[in-house]
Amino acid sequence: MSETIKTDVVIVGAGPVGLFAVFELGLLDMKAHLVDILDKVGGQCAELYPEKPIYDIPGIPYISGNGLTEALMAQIKPFGPNFHLGEMVTELERTSNPGFRVRTDSGKTFECKCVVIAAGGGSFQPKRPPIVGIEAYEEKSVFYAVRKMEMFRGKRLLVVGGGDSALDWTLNLQPIAQRLTLVHRRDEFRGAPDSVNKMRALVAAGNMDLKIGQVTALEGADGVLTACSIKGNDGALSRVEVDCMLPFFGLTMKLGPVANWGIEMKDNLIPVDTAAFETNVPGLFAIGDINTYPGKLKLILSGFHEAALMAQKAHRYVFPEKKLVFQYTTSSTSLQKKLGVA
Amino acid sequence: MPKITYIEHDGTQHTVEAELGSTVMETALRNDVASIVAECGGSCTCATCLVHVDEKWFEVVGPPSSDEEEQLDAAFEVKPTSRLSCQIKITEALDGLIVRTPSYQGR
Repeated sequence: MSETIKTDVVIVGAGPVGLFAVFELGLLDMKAHLVDILDKVGGQCAELYPEKPIYDIPGIPYISGNGLTEALMAQIKPFGPNFHLGEMVTELERTSNPGFRVRTDSGKTFECKCVVIAAGGGSFQPKRPPIVGIEAYEEKSVFYAVRKMEMFRGKRLLVVGGGDSALDWTLNLQPIAQRLTLVHRRDEFRGAPDSVNKMRALVAAGNMDLKIGQVTALEGADGVLTACSIKGNDGALSRVEVDCMLPFFGLTMKLGPVANWGIEMKDNLIPVDTAAFETNVPGLFAIGDINTYPGKLKLILSGFHEAALMAQKAHRYVFPEKKLVFQYTTSSTSLQKKLGVA
Repeated sequence: MPKITYIEHDGTQHTVEAELGSTVMETALRNDVASIVAECGGSCTCATCLVHVDEKWFEVVGPPSSDEEEQLDAAFEVKPTSRLSCQIKITEALDGLIVRTPSYQGR
């Protein structure tokens, strides 16, 4: 299944800086598609501190991560951005000068003039438990997400974690599993109370097992898991025979495929010039936390500034024949028309 | 100023001066303790600044709040004396504090 989408600019990352880039590009008539590995917009603001306060957005004394995301979504609405959420950009290929072909892990292909990497600290990916040899089992017996429930039918499953993901998958997979064991480090669960009650009822009825402790070792060969060792909080070791393990420990930021795109990198950051925040590849920009330059500060407000300057340069690539006249939203009827307020 | 000692998994020891009112996490970052990551910058939302408080010190430091306890669910190798270092504020009473960092954590 492949689909080719033609657009002016692809923005990698839908955090606050990626979102604001839509605004700055939009004022200059450039259309954008955003791709983000999370299933929601807002990036770190949504994933790490949705309810926590931010005090250093100019003109806004106080706003939460969610509040800022919502405000940015309202601000960019006139430009009708297209979102591709829950997808990761896996490949970036230079097709002309400038011009790019971008592919995602769900099979979409974009063709665009410019690419803006606004990937923050990288992509949010599931945390991998530090168990010796776990890599060998991944995607064969160890899964960090459930794509097809059917593949777990009739299997002995070990679900690990205490949040909603662990509980939801416990409840969904228990009916089709041969036997399901839930492992959590304490006998309290932060997941929804209703899910906790349902899980406890299944345990009480003898339809699944609950073990309090942490998984310390895996047994098996060639990626095929046969058993897991669990260390209880009293230090006692027990062994559970299983076919698959599903750990749910939340997400962590990993640089991800960006490192494979042939861009010059320095300490996992992308060096850019400070006139347009462009990388060593013409038409490929990096803005926000992922870039580096002398004096760089990882602040949202810096990312906003970078987005504005990036858009000026991107305009030259997208509309090489057009002369760019600098205008203010306060006074320009043409900009106000684009914003839908004139 | 109180002194804090960080012992990393490989035995690397950092004894550093800590500013009153800052946190054990912030003090680690200022002093390049590489096994404190602090992805979320101290919001108690990522569990990447885990430390095991030295047993002698645990009573002085105290147990985690319920919010922090929930975040510990997203960490690994959690022990009864584990805390998130962003949630430990430096006070005079913590002068001499010893914390250890887990093997898996680090840039």
